[in-house]
Amino acid sequence: MTTMTFADAVREGLAEEMRRDPLVWALGEDLSTAHGGTSANQYLGLIEEFGAKRIVNTPISENTIMGAAVGAAVAGTRPVADLRMADFGMCAVDELVNQAAKIRYMFGGQARVPLVVRQAIGMRKGGAAQHSQSTEAWYVHTPGLVVVAPGTPADGRGLLKSAIRADDPVVFMEHKDLWSTKGDVPDDEGMVPIGEAKTLREGSDLTIVSWSRMAHLAVEAAETLAADGTSVEVIDLRTLWPWDKVTVYASVAKTGRLLVAQEAVQVGGFASEIAADVTENCSTDLKTFPRRIGAPRMPVPYAEPMENEFRVTTERVVAKAREALDA
Amino acid sequence: MSETDQPRNTPARIFELYKTMCLIRAFEERAEDAFDEGFINGSIHQYIGQEAVGTGVCSNLRRNDYILSNHRGHGHSIAKGADPEAMMKELMGRVGGTSGAKGGSMHIADFSVGMLGANGVLADGLTMGVGAAQAITLKGDDSIVAVFVGDGTTNRGPFYEALNWAMVYELPIMFVCENNTYASSTLTRSVTAGDGPVARAKAFGMPAFDVDGNNVVAVDALATDLIARVRSGQGPHFLHARTYRVKGHISRDKLLYRRDGETEENWENEPLGQCASWLADNGLNEADLRSAHAAAYAQIDTAVTAAKESPFPDAALAYEDVQDFGPPEPWAGTGDAA
Ligand SMILES: Cc1ncc(C[n+]2csc(CCOP(=O)(O)OP(=O)(O)O)c2C)c(N)n1
Ligand SMILES: [Mg+2]
Repeated sequence: MTTMTFADAVREGLAEEMRRDPLVWALGEDLSTAHGGTSANQYLGLIEEFGAKRIVNTPISENTIMGAAVGAAVAGTRPVADLRMADFGMCAVDELVNQAAKIRYMFGGQARVPLVVRQAIGMRKGGAAQHSQSTEAWYVHTPGLVVVAPGTPADGRGLLKSAIRADDPVVFMEHKDLWSTKGDVPDDEGMVPIGEAKTLREGSDLTIVSWSRMAHLAVEAAETLAADGTSVEVIDLRTLWPWDKVTVYASVAKTGRLLVAQEAVQVGGFASEIAADVTENCSTDLKTFPRRIGAPRMPVPYAEPMENEFRVTTERVVAKAREALDA
Repeated sequence: MSETDQPRNTPARIFELYKTMCLIRAFEERAEDAFDEGFINGSIHQYIGQEAVGTGVCSNLRRNDYILSNHRGHGHSIAKGADPEAMMKELMGRVGGTSGAKGGSMHIADFSVGMLGANGVLADGLTMGVGAAQAITLKGDDSIVAVFVGDGTTNRGPFYEALNWAMVYELPIMFVCENNTYASSTLTRSVTAGDGPVARAKAFGMPAFDVDGNNVVAVDALATDLIARVRSGQGPHFLHARTYRVKGHISRDKLLYRRDGETEENWENEPLGQCASWLADNGLNEADLRSAHAAAYAQIDTAVTAAKESPFPDAALAYEDVQDFGPPEPWAGTGDAA
């Protein structure tokens, strides 16, 4: 095991895949400058090792970053396109949703689109309306795409590697506030399979399902509830599509209670899908209807007191969990 | 800032521009201090070294003309007449901020002076500027639009859509490209083909002109000319101002991608010093220059104090101005669970 930050672990994963397969390459703004990436040195040193043909420092041209990745993928390479933030990823939703996601099906299976698109999600203090959004539900809603949202350095590295090797287009969503967090990363290849959740904490009274940074808050909530003598199981989905129904169903069978927690706006969010699915498929196990918690349906405000209103805090998760536990 | 129909290049007029530039410089320096002291969250994109562009352009605009800005918008806002104190409050997230403390540095707007907004997403101001110009033609007044765009942003598609569109509909709009050499940590010319923004604008048949963007006298003269043409119905014009981003992309930027000495060399051409020399050469006495400079800093220091003393907004205000239809579920002002 080696302890490293999320950003470093993901960079390691990318470098390892680039060493393994000469057709893996990355493109995006500011990737090869001395800062080695946009915000967290996610590409530091890669230009020196792999050169400018494989670490492509692009113009500010989101449509072409995404479109070029699609074209390069169908033409036999494995691009990792970095769109910096999910907010700017919206500039290239068309190429991702209308092209990458549909080409295999629409052309009768003639081609695969083995690309990864990195789009950082989530709030950073003071990020405000256009640098804070969590848009994972947009892409989960889009047939053809895989969506992953790892929460730890090891999962970031392992899932990026799986994403690069996958023949489907994968949206890789990393939380900006996780980049600097540290964790143990295995010394072996450390693959994390797509579609496999991880149980972060075992429990018998309530299941909390979450992902990305919110999974850490779910663990905190579980710790708080443990002090009351309540036993909470926490599942980090890691992959949002396809999500690990086996793990979630088994947990709900044990606890009979479900809360799904997300940082994104609750309305129309992915938590709603999980809650609905479990309602339909685990009805005999459920002691009460599933709960979900997400942010209010408003843009992210700037000033701290207002920003905190938007946040799905540990306290809010605990309160919602108690609602399910008391039912 | 002012509705100046005075003849250009008079010391009196240029002195006014100097004062505006000092105000912007002071604002940016004090904002950086406040950021370092922890009074400002997120990030700030400073306009230091580029003051002459926003000032020279906006001094030729009327209050009811529109501007659309970008992420580096403090200077544009001040030059268009936004209140620096309200802006400082916005940066610190306090009551009295220009955007009610909802937006912060990257989302300053003051619709009362035609400042239709800074922007966190590159190039969106261009297409919205085109729309504002369409609105002007629909309403039939003689106001105009100026859109500020960075050099790096000219590689985004909407830049081309906006220029083409503006020409097709002969809109009353001026595009102001502030070429400060960099786009974040990337040297713009390393990712840009061809002869640059002027050539690109000309390819659409748009009259396009280049100016030393650190020389406020020159920027002002060119802007006076181009804005008069736009206002008289001669269609879109393009002003390309060569300048240099003296500070980092954001205030925390460590500038590792710059060659040693580069910042210092460029600092010698910074616009305030140039303007002060011009004014001295044209008969203004040093004492007046010094007191104007000091007055700007005093005004900003007062703004900083006022901002620090202003309270944070009530958390419940978060739920205001979301939209007319439908509440911000799942909680709205009742989020006291936390
Ligand atoms: C669509 C979009 N892509 C990327 C970014 C991130 N970003 C913010 S500023 C910037 C550089 C802009 O360079 P330029 O247009 O030259 O303006 P300058 O910062 O030099 O004033 C980048 C890449 C963004 N905000 N929006
Ligand atoms: Mg620039």
